[in-house]
Amino acid sequence: MKKLLEVKNMHVSIHTDSGVIQAVRGVSFDLYESETLAIVGESGSGKSITNKAIMGLLPVGGRIDEGEVILNGRDITHFSEKEMNMIRGAEVSMIFQDPLTSLNPTMTVGDQITEMLMLHKPEMTAEQRKNRALELLDMVGIPNPAERFGQYPHQFSGGMRQRVMISIALACEPRILIADEPTTALDVTIQAQILELMKKLQKKVNTSIIIITHNLGVVSSMADRVVVMYGGRFVECGDLDEVFYQTKHPYTKGLLDSIPNLQLSDQKLYSIPGTPPDLISPPHGCPFAARCERCMKVCEKYQPSEYEFSQTHRASCWLYDERAKGGALI
Amino acid sequence: MTKTLLEIKDLSRFFTLSKGQVLEAVNGVSFDIHQGETFGLVGESGCGKSTLGRTVVGLYPPTKGKVIFDGIDVAGSKSQTQKMELSRRMQMIFQDPYTSLNPRMKVMDIIAEGIDNHHMAASRSERNQMVLDLLHSVGLDEEHANRYPHEFSGGQRQRVGIARALSVNPDFIVADEPISALDVSIQAQVVNLMKHLQETRNLTYLFIAHDLSMVKYISNRIGVMYLGNLVELASSDELFKNPLHPYTSALLSAIPLPDPKVERNRSRIVLEGNVKSPINLPKNCHFCTRCPKKQAICEREVPELKEVSPGHFVACHLIR
Repeated sequence: MKKLLEVKNMHVSIHTDSGVIQAVRGVSFDLYESETLAIVGESGSGKSITNKAIMGLLPVGGRIDEGEVILNGRDITHFSEKEMNMIRGAEVSMIFQDPLTSLNPTMTVGDQITEMLMLHKPEMTAEQRKNRALELLDMVGIPNPAERFGQYPHQFSGGMRQRVMISIALACEPRILIADEPTTALDVTIQAQILELMKKLQKKVNTSIIIITHNLGVVSSMADRVVVMYGGRFVECGDLDEVFYQTKHPYTKGLLDSIPNLQLSDQKLYSIPGTPPDLISPPHGCPFAARCERCMKVCEKYQPSEYEFSQTHRASCWLYDERAKGGALI
Repeated sequence: MTKTLLEIKDLSRFFTLSKGQVLEAVNGVSFDIHQGETFGLVGESGCGKSTLGRTVVGLYPPTKGKVIFDGIDVAGSKSQTQKMELSRRMQMIFQDPYTSLNPRMKVMDIIAEGIDNHHMAASRSERNQMVLDLLHSVGLDEEHANRYPHEFSGGQRQRVGIARALSVNPDFIVADEPISALDVSIQAQVVNLMKHLQETRNLTYLFIAHDLSMVKYISNRIGVMYLGNLVELASSDELFKNPLHPYTSALLSAIPLPDPKVERNRSRIVLEGNVKSPINLPKNCHFCTRCPKKQAICEREVPELKEVSPGHFVACHLIR
């Protein structure tokens, strides 16, 4: 399979009034053609910032300190705003958690879709653009596209707005769609609709998807591969089944155990003690050390290296060092 | 037979909007909550579950119907002492720990507000000691007492909110989406804390949420709401094993499970369309616009909530 995107050793810091937040500290992953990669983590894990860095959309004060983003063989890490504008929407698109704040409230939905086409497909005529927009609205399952074309975002429900966002993102048939918590703000029955839609469109348009989420249920219904992040660092990655059934990292394990199982009743729910680390002064060692039940002395001092369990499955945990003497049984 | 602590009788709460429009947030809901149990209330946004919770504790007066708490009508006329006693015995925990704590008050004073209002402490030092004990019982430290809410993480703020509710020794707590704003690993902490406190303090909960898996874990019985109506009510095991209302089935089937093997082999009921607007609703089954099993009668008549097996109630024309 062809590699579309490569993120190498990404370091991102955000300079704020209260200090420098070291949001991402050395994260690498690849994205292959027509696959779905899930990036999982809690708030503050750096999952969103990593993807904003890829898109060149870091917040004020944010910068990439180290690392590379390779898109289709080109290093786009230090592209100018103008160059990024040509990539965003055309090659890589993004949809966000809250479709109400990411759509322009003063523009009709139709204008927001055609705007994308105007920028990236200047050869199209106004009529072609409108037809394409209607086709897109129909494709994402918005009933009565001709009427909806001239309406404003506030006239749409949450699920419908997310459909509009998806239609804008897919207007130019990008190779990569980054979906940042696309269903978190939606109700479960609407979430199910949007996830089904994304799967259907992925096949149709042949896009690779990076889905960023904290919901492990969404991950298991969508993803081919999973990357788990914690405290700005890489924790574990692997094929979906490897991460869920041959879990290696204690954090991943804790996360899976802290969701109640609908099939079992009367189980005791596990909870990971403590809170995530402060990234203004991040811990020297493993970011999870302070909350880890199997923490060793070395974990507090040194960041663990990555251990490989299969060609696809890796985890960053000292328990798998041969010097940990059979401690690696979780 | 356990004692009934709270009776909700044909409760409605409407909001009048401009131009004579009426928003029927809660429409004729009846159920009981037993002493010491957790009653889970689920439904999607706009189904009226939060309005119901707020009406139960008396934050909204009911439009119709009654809420009887331990023999006392919550909205009925009462003496000042009765009012105080009722507000002490019923407390609430809110969804958003960021907006439900006063940012200009220290945690000590936030938690002590109820103690002060109800004159529960004889002296300043007793009051402060009570707050410190409460902080311990929700898993916070003494040093947290002198901090302001912004110095806490979301999970810690929710603990402060729980301590505040507990400060007056309530019997009954309405928890309105207490974990929705929290991270997965923190949700489990808060739910386990609430379970522990229930056991040690003999509390009764009305637990409102949209996350069904958590609701199942914490609740003894669950009620499902759709557009202001209670459509199904059963013990939590029964509801998940044997959902009868088409909406409940769809809701359960929509939850993505954190188990890839199960997910791959699952056929999902994906509901068409959206929830209707709760303004000027017709008199029929409100779910009929999205129901995969709709029949002619569903568009004409309101289905009544009927007991189909002991303890299992459902409001659907198709179930007899």
